[in-house]
Amino acid sequence: MMLTELTIAGAQGGLRRREFSATELVGAHVAAIERLNGRLNAFITVTSDLALDAARRADAILAGGEDAPALTGIPLGIKDLFCTDGVRTTAASRMLEAFVPPYESTVTANLLADGAVFVGKTNLDEFAMGSANITSAFGSVENPWKRAGDEETVLVPGGSSGGSAAAVAARLAMGATGTDTGGSIRQPASYCGIAGIKPTYGRCSRWGTIAFASSLDQAGPMARTVEDCAILLQSMAGFDVRDSTSVDIAVPDYRAACGRSLKGMKVGIPAEYRVAGMPAEVEAAWEQGIAWLRDAGCEIVEVSLPYTKYGLATYYIVAPAECSSNLARYDGVRFGRRVPGESLDALYEATRREGFGAEVRRRILMGTYVLSAGYYDAYYLRAQKVRNLIRKDFENAFRTVDVLLTPTAPSPAFAQGEKMDDPVQMYLNDVFTVPASMAGVPAMSVPAGLSASGLPLGLQVIGRSFDEESVFAAASALERAAGFTHRPAVRAEVV
Amino acid sequence: MSLDPATVRRIARLARIGIDESDLPALQRELNGILGWIEQLNEVDIDGVEPMVGTGHAALRMREDVVTDGDARDAVLSNAPDAAGPYYTVPKVVE
Repeated sequence: MMLTELTIAGAQGGLRRREFSATELVGAHVAAIERLNGRLNAFITVTSDLALDAARRADAILAGGEDAPALTGIPLGIKDLFCTDGVRTTAASRMLEAFVPPYESTVTANLLADGAVFVGKTNLDEFAMGSANITSAFGSVENPWKRAGDEETVLVPGGSSGGSAAAVAARLAMGATGTDTGGSIRQPASYCGIAGIKPTYGRCSRWGTIAFASSLDQAGPMARTVEDCAILLQSMAGFDVRDSTSVDIAVPDYRAACGRSLKGMKVGIPAEYRVAGMPAEVEAAWEQGIAWLRDAGCEIVEVSLPYTKYGLATYYIVAPAECSSNLARYDGVRFGRRVPGESLDALYEATRREGFGAEVRRRILMGTYVLSAGYYDAYYLRAQKVRNLIRKDFENAFRTVDVLLTPTAPSPAFAQGEKMDDPVQMYLNDVFTVPASMAGVPAMSVPAGLSASGLPLGLQVIGRSFDEESVFAAASALERAAGFTHRPAVRAEVV
Repeated sequence: MSLDPATVRRIARLARIGIDESDLPALQRELNGILGWIEQLNEVDIDGVEPMVGTGHAALRMREDVVTDGDARDAVLSNAPDAAGPYYTVPKVVE
């Protein structure tokens, strides 16, 4: 049995039937990381010894009987944006190169309490700012997928959770945590042929997750099946008094929602997502998805979200503004990198020049400008008002439909080196994912098929606030219809 | 609106990010490119629209005014790049 090919749901059963041990399961993934991480660079920090120790403890618990927690012995990758007690947490920044948190984030603490085993900290765009995982201070991540007939060209895994997506796609971990501010779970999931959900803002605690844009940041799971994402979100989600934006409502049974009938579900198709220049194969995948949901018993409804086209521009005011405020804490005094200076200001300026990479510096400067005296109303306040109009678009649509179906990204994965000269061109990768982030509603990417070049294309299901269940139900139906069994060229069992 | 070099220098100063004169042309070009692109928001009619400051699902909660954390001095200082005993250090700020 190829242990690295199992789903989390499959491994849960196999572990409990003692078909294999947690030590074997974790060991297979650790071996795959040792063999492939030098090439893919999906992990910044590999914690093999800690993982194997945890696996032995998991085996002892599993030997004890039936009541082992749900994720006992399941090897996961953790985006290096979640603080992990005693394990270096870098945010892929030189600024935090040597930062070892003395505490555990709520999301990772929830996973640990459910028995999960962490095999390492996954690479990302620096401070989660990027769409191609090329801004990491620890080097870019290689997408394990290759264009058909082209083994040479290195493709990007998407971003910012590119290391998590590449690790899960290449079978280096069974699942991973991601964070999504404007598409950072869904876009890399689409590029790497896996599933990933950004839950409703407020569903997962942000406590202990390094902040980028606090009104948008939301943690979520990435895995190879929709059901595995449901299993992971079940553990990650929940109210937390330590996050003032955490919402105190019950977490429903997400796994059960995956099997739900779609009979009578209304699926909205937003006209504004048919953007000019969309590749025909992306449009074709979308049409196919519409047909699959119709066949599953859904009623397809054309809807309009008129403010969609302002989503990206609004995002690139709101997110940098919040980023400039959040990243003010990196001052070279209390934690993180320090570059000495003659005065306090000189220390700050030298530390922040050296500690932050070009994209992070650019966003801090942009955010500082839109918040500065004389420009606040023209940029930031205006953007907050447009954001409200974008949210109202979704509220209006969800009066008549249960979910929305769109493509996840306007293209399959592109090559390293493409789209890199102009920040705005890079930002356009998030055109379909940003509006749901602005509204705070849950959204999931699920693999739908391959492009002509042999690369995965994802479809996005967007739901009402706190109705992840309908998202899981529709995404599961798409997954069953797509029967996506394609695997990337670079993966654990390929020697 | 278009940023001139003096404005870029002023923003960098506000953000406490050191920049060299040689950085200015590229930064000015990139920031102006982004600003030019977000000008499109000026065509949106925002009269009477409330600004959205969050998703508004969580009401700010009250709690008892009691200490919930503490006695963690060594943990707090464990990542300080230049601690001196139980203190952070900074360059001299008062003559």
